[in-house]
Amino acid sequence: MAEGETESPGPKKCGPYISSVTSQSVNLVIRGVVLFFIGVFLALVLNLLQIQRNVTLFPPDVIASIFSSAWWVPPCCGTASAVIGLLYPCIDRHLGEPHKFKREWSSVMRCVAVFVGINHASAKVDFDNNIQLSLTLAALSIGLWWTFDRSRSGFGLGVGIAFLATVVTQLLVYNGVYQYTSPDFLYVRSWLPCIYFAGGITMGNIGRQLAMYECKVIAEKSHQE
Amino acid sequence: MTLTERLREKISQAFYSHGLLCASYPVPIVLFTGLCILACCYPLLKLPLPGTGPVEFATPVKDYAPPPADPDHRPGEPSERPEWYVGAPVAYIQQIFVKTSVSPWHKNLLAVDVFRSPLARAFQLVEEIRNHVLRDSSGTRSLEEVCLQVTDLLPGLRKLRNLLPEHGCLLLSPGNFWQNDRERFHADPDIIGTIHQHEPKTLQTSATLKDLLFGVPGKYSGVSLYRKRRMVSYTITLVFQRYHAKFLGSLRARLMLLHPSPNCSLRAESLVHVHFKEEIGIAELIPLVTTYIILFAYIYFSTRKIDMVKSKWGLALAAVVTVLSSLLMSVGLCTLFGLTPTLNGGEIFPYLVVVIGFENVLVLTKSVVSTPVDLEVKLRIAQGLSSESWSIMKNMATELGIILIGYFTLVPAIQEFCLFAVVGLVSDFFLQMLFFTTVLSIDIRRMELADLNKRLPPEACLPPAKPVGRPARYERQLAARPSTPHTITLQPSSFRNLRLPKRLRVVYFLARTRLAQRLIMAGTVVWIGILVYTDPAGLRTYLAAQVTEQSPLGEGPLASMPVPSGVLPASHPDPAFSIFPPDAPRLPENQTLPGQQPEPVGPGESIQDGPVPEVTWGPEDEELWRELSFRHWPTLFSYYNVTLAKRYISLLPVIPVTLRLNPREALEGRHPQDGRSAWSPRGPAPPGLREAAGPLGPGGAPVPGDVTLYKVPAWAPSADGSIWSLELQGGLFVVGRSSGRLEVWDAIEGELCCSSEVSSSGITALVFLDKRVVAARLNGSLDFFSLETQALFSPLQFRGTPGRGSSPSSLQSGSDTVACRLTHTVPCAHQKPITALKAAAGRLVTGSQDHTLRVFRLEDSCCLFTLQGHSGAITSVYVDQTMVLASGGQDGAICLWDMLTGSRVSHMFAHRGDVTSLTCTASCVISSGLDDLISIWDRSTGIKLYSIQQDLGCGASLGVISDNLLVTGGQGCVSFWDLNYGDLLQTVYLGKNSEAQPARQILVLDNAAIVCNFGSELSLVYVPSVLEKLD
Repeated sequence: MAEGETESPGPKKCGPYISSVTSQSVNLVIRGVVLFFIGVFLALVLNLLQIQRNVTLFPPDVIASIFSSAWWVPPCCGTASAVIGLLYPCIDRHLGEPHKFKREWSSVMRCVAVFVGINHASAKVDFDNNIQLSLTLAALSIGLWWTFDRSRSGFGLGVGIAFLATVVTQLLVYNGVYQYTSPDFLYVRSWLPCIYFAGGITMGNIGRQLAMYECKVIAEKSHQE
Repeated sequence: MTLTERLREKISQAFYSHGLLCASYPVPIVLFTGLCILACCYPLLKLPLPGTGPVEFATPVKDYAPPPADPDHRPGEPSERPEWYVGAPVAYIQQIFVKTSVSPWHKNLLAVDVFRSPLARAFQLVEEIRNHVLRDSSGTRSLEEVCLQVTDLLPGLRKLRNLLPEHGCLLLSPGNFWQNDRERFHADPDIIGTIHQHEPKTLQTSATLKDLLFGVPGKYSGVSLYRKRRMVSYTITLVFQRYHAKFLGSLRARLMLLHPSPNCSLRAESLVHVHFKEEIGIAELIPLVTTYIILFAYIYFSTRKIDMVKSKWGLALAAVVTVLSSLLMSVGLCTLFGLTPTLNGGEIFPYLVVVIGFENVLVLTKSVVSTPVDLEVKLRIAQGLSSESWSIMKNMATELGIILIGYFTLVPAIQEFCLFAVVGLVSDFFLQMLFFTTVLSIDIRRMELADLNKRLPPEACLPPAKPVGRPARYERQLAARPSTPHTITLQPSSFRNLRLPKRLRVVYFLARTRLAQRLIMAGTVVWIGILVYTDPAGLRTYLAAQVTEQSPLGEGPLASMPVPSGVLPASHPDPAFSIFPPDAPRLPENQTLPGQQPEPVGPGESIQDGPVPEVTWGPEDEELWRELSFRHWPTLFSYYNVTLAKRYISLLPVIPVTLRLNPREALEGRHPQDGRSAWSPRGPAPPGLREAAGPLGPGGAPVPGDVTLYKVPAWAPSADGSIWSLELQGGLFVVGRSSGRLEVWDAIEGELCCSSEVSSSGITALVFLDKRVVAARLNGSLDFFSLETQALFSPLQFRGTPGRGSSPSSLQSGSDTVACRLTHTVPCAHQKPITALKAAAGRLVTGSQDHTLRVFRLEDSCCLFTLQGHSGAITSVYVDQTMVLASGGQDGAICLWDMLTGSRVSHMFAHRGDVTSLTCTASCVISSGLDDLISIWDRSTGIKLYSIQQDLGCGASLGVISDNLLVTGGQGCVSFWDLNYGDLLQTVYLGKNSEAQPARQILVLDNAAIVCNFGSELSLVYVPSVLEKLD
C-alpha cells in the first residue's frame, strides 16, 4: 500500500502520535473513533440546518430539542460514518486498486464543504416542487462523486449505502419512531437518498485520507528496516 | 485531434508569452491589477452593509393605507418605496407617551413620591384606553376589535407570565408590573425593586422587561431614587392588528382632550415603518460557523502545499487575496450590471470560495517551482505557465460547464449562486494570470537573491581564527556573537533579520513588545469599566446624580431634612403656577384638569423649592422609540412567538399625554412604608388645588353596556318565556324563566310542583341550596325563597305540608306538597344585571355586569364583601365548601378569591373573550370561554395544565361528573372527557329536534343524570354506562 502515497509532502509527514502507533488494530480503532466523532459533529450541524427551516425563534428551545428529542440520531450517524469510512479503504485494498485521485486534505475539505453545501441547499433554497429539488440534489451528488472520487467502487458503495439507509429510514418512519414535517414520497423526503449518497462519498473520502496515514506509517517502517 | 493539438499549442504559446510579460514588468502589472480590483469593487460601496439592523421608511399619516400585497409597481413610476414595503405590517404600534410630574414640588415630599403617584395614574389611563369605544354610523368599535390579540406566551417564559398580557389585547404599560391591579400597586412597598426584579445583571443589548413595559429607555423613565429631574415618563404601548383610522383618531382626540399637553408641538405627521432583517440565532450560527471552519481548513490545507518558494506565507496570502478579491469583483460587477444580490452573502461565501478553489494557483506554483533552477526567472515563469496551460484551461472549462448546468436548474437561488460563481471564476482566472503570476515571479526572484545571500554570509563573516571543526549548524549563533574584536563584516542585527523566517520575526516582535498581554489587559480594564458603569447600582447613577447636583438647574438634596412641623410654609400660596405657559388657558377643556390653575398668579412668588420640572414636549419626543434598543420590538413579539424577521411593523405617531399631580395626590398614593419621616396632611391648601384633585375616573369612559352575549337570543318572546336558569337538588329542580316566573319541577316524574311570580324581571340566575332558593333578577335584585316541604331530600317522596307560607307568592299546584315562600329581597344588590350566582357554605356569591362580585350571608341576606378585580362583567362564579371562590369575567380573566377574607388569591388571563363557564374539582379549575376552548388550570398555582379545543359555538357549558370526568355541551349533544388526559370519551346526541340548539347549561345530578338546557326545553340524560366504564 505504499504506493498509495501521493507526492504531497506535508510537513507532518508522520507526526509522533502516528508513528508511535504501530499496531494496525490500534490504528483502526483510532480511525474509527475519529470518523465517529466527525459523523456525530456533522449530524448535529446538519440536523440543526434541517430544523432551522421550521424554527422561527428562540434558540434555547432549539438546542434543547436537539439534545432531548432525537438523542440517538447523532450516535447512529457517527457509527454509520465510522463503518463507511473504514469500509471504503478496505474495499479499495481488496479490489487492489488503490484510490489515487486527488488524495490530499484540501480536496477532502472541499468535499466536506460541498457536502454541507448540498445539505444547505436542500434545507434553505426554495424549490418549486419536490421533483426539481430531488433532481437538483441528485445532480449535485453525482457531481460530488465525479469531482472528488471518480472510482467505480466508490460509486457502487455510495449507491448501496444510499439504498440501505433509505430503507432503514423508511422502516423507522413506518414504525413511528419519527416522522417528517412534510413528507412527499412514501412518508419520507424524496431527497434523502441523494443526501445519503453524498454523505457516503464524503465519509469514504475522509476514511481513505485517514487510511493514508496508516500506509505512510507502514511505508516508513518498511523503509527503516 | 489535430485541432486539439493546435489549440493546445496556441494556448501554450500564449501562456508562455504572458509569463514572460508578467515576469518582465512585475510592478506595473501588480499596480494595474490592483486598480482593476478597486475599480470592480467600487460598486460595492453602494451596497448596504451586511447587518441585522432595522430599516425605516416613513409615510405621511394623511391618507395612509396599507400597501398592496402584490409587489408590482407601476412601470415608469420611480418607486421610492423600499422593496419590503408590501402588504400589511405585522402590527401597528401606538405609543401613548405619558409625561408626568408632581408639582409643585415640596421639600417634604420623599424621593419615592416622584414616581409613585405618577405611576399610579397609569392604571387609570389604561382603563380609559381599554374602555374607549368609537361610535359612528357604522356601529361601535371597541379596542378589542382592532387591537392585536395575543395568545399564550412562549412556554419558556413562565416567569413573565403575570407581567405580560396573554389572551387579549397586547397592551403594555408599567402597570403590568402589578398585573394591572391598582391595589397590588398600592400595597407594594418597594416599587423600584418590583420594576428591577427582572433586570439582567450583565451587559445586555436586547430589550429588558422594564424597557418593554415602560416603552422608553431606562434613563428617560425617571423612575429612580437619585434623579433630580422630577419627571416621570413612560408609554402605554398599544398594538393594533388593523389600521382603523377613525378609531385611532378618536382615541388620540380623546386622550388629548382628557390630558392635554399645552406646549406640545409634536406634529404627528408620519407613520414610520420599520423593517427587520432576518435574525441570526444560535441555530443558524452553528452551521455557518461550521462552514467557515471547513473553509479555513480548506485554505490551510491548500496553502500548506505551497513549497519550495521564498516566502510561503506571502504566497499563501497572495493566493487568498486572489480568490477573495475575485469574489469581491464578482459581486461588484454583478451589482454594476444591475443585479442586486438577494442571497445571504455570508452564507454562500464559503461555498463560492470552495467552488472557485485554490487548485489553479497551486498547480501554477508547483509547475513554476519545478522548472530548472538555473534558468532565468522570466523563462522559468513562462515555462511553468505554458506547461500547465492546458490543464488550467481544461479545468476552467469543466467548472464553467458544471456551473452552467447548475444555471439550468431554474431555481432562482441556485441561478444567482451560479451567476456569481461564473463571474467569480472568470475574474479569478484574470487575477491568477496577472496578479498571482506576477507575485510568484517576484517571489522566485527574491529566492534567487536569498540563495545568493545564503551562500555569501557564512564565508564572509566567519573569522579565520575559528576552529574548523565546529558543526555547521552553530554557525549562525557564532556569527551573531562578535566574539573576536576584528570581525568587521556584517552587523549582527541585520544579519539576524536576514536569516530569520518572517513568521518568527513576527513572533519575536510580539514577544518583545508584549503586545498580546497589553491588549488583553486593556480589554479587561475596558470591560470592567463598562460593567461598573452599567451596573444599576453602580457608577452611572452615582455620576448622574453628581452631575445634576452640580449643575445650576439641580436642586437641593432631596428629602434630607423633613420639615419639623409638617406644614407648608406660609409663603407658598400657589407654586403650581410656573409649569403652565401663559397661553395654556386658551384651551377650554383645561379647566377641568387636575392641577390646572385657572387664575394666574404673579411669577415672582412661585418658586421656592427650586425650579419645578417643566413638562416640555420637543421634537425629540416624537420618535423616542428610536432610543430604544433595536431589538425592542422583535423581543416583544418574539415573546408571543411572532417573528419580525423579514417583516415590518408600523409605528404610529405618539400620543402625548401630560399628567400633573399636586403634592396632595402624591401623598395620597403613598405607601405606609414610604413615609419614613411622618407627614401630616397639609393645612392650608389652595382651594383650586383641592377642587380639582378628584381624578377623572373610569366612569367618564363609555363602557359597552349590552347584555352578556349568550343571553341575547333568549329575549325572544314565547308563551312562558325562555328558560334562563335552572338549579336542582335532590329530586327537585328550579327553573327561572325570562318572564320572571320561578318554577319548581319534579325531576323524577317530570311534573311541575309549584311556581311563583313575584316580579316580571327575568331570573338570570338561581341558587338552590338546602331549603333555600335564591333568584337573581335582571334588574339587579335578589329574591330569597324558602321551600317548605318535609321530604325534600328523599327523591322518591314529596309530602311536604302545603301552603303554610303566608307570603304573597301563591302556591299553584294544589295537589302537590311543595311550596315556596319569599323570605328576603335585596332590591338593589347590583347596579347592573346579576349574571352569576352561586352559594355554598352558608354564603351566596353574586357576580354582575358592574364588574364586581358580592358575597352575602345566606341566612339574613347581609352583604359581607364587595370584590373588585375584574375589568369586565362577571360571567361565571364558582364557590365550594372550602370557601374558595372562583370567578370569570368578560375580560377573559379568572380570579380566585378567599371568601373568608375577601382577598384575591390569584388572577389568570384565561380566554380571549368571555369566560363562559367555570367549575372546579379538588385539584383543578375548569373554564370555558367564547374562544371555544376549555382550559384546565391547576387550582393551587394558577398554571394552565392544558386546554381542549371545541367545535365552534360549543364552548359554553360544562359540568364535572366525578373528579376525572368532564361533560361539555355542544350543538344538540353532550360530550364526555377524561379530565386527567384531556381525551374525548364519548359524545351523546340528544334527539333530532334539539340539534340546532346549543346546550346552554348543564347540571349534573348525583345519580349520573344530566339535565341540559336547550333554549326553551329541558332534557334529562342518564349516563350510567360512562360511569360504569370509568369504574
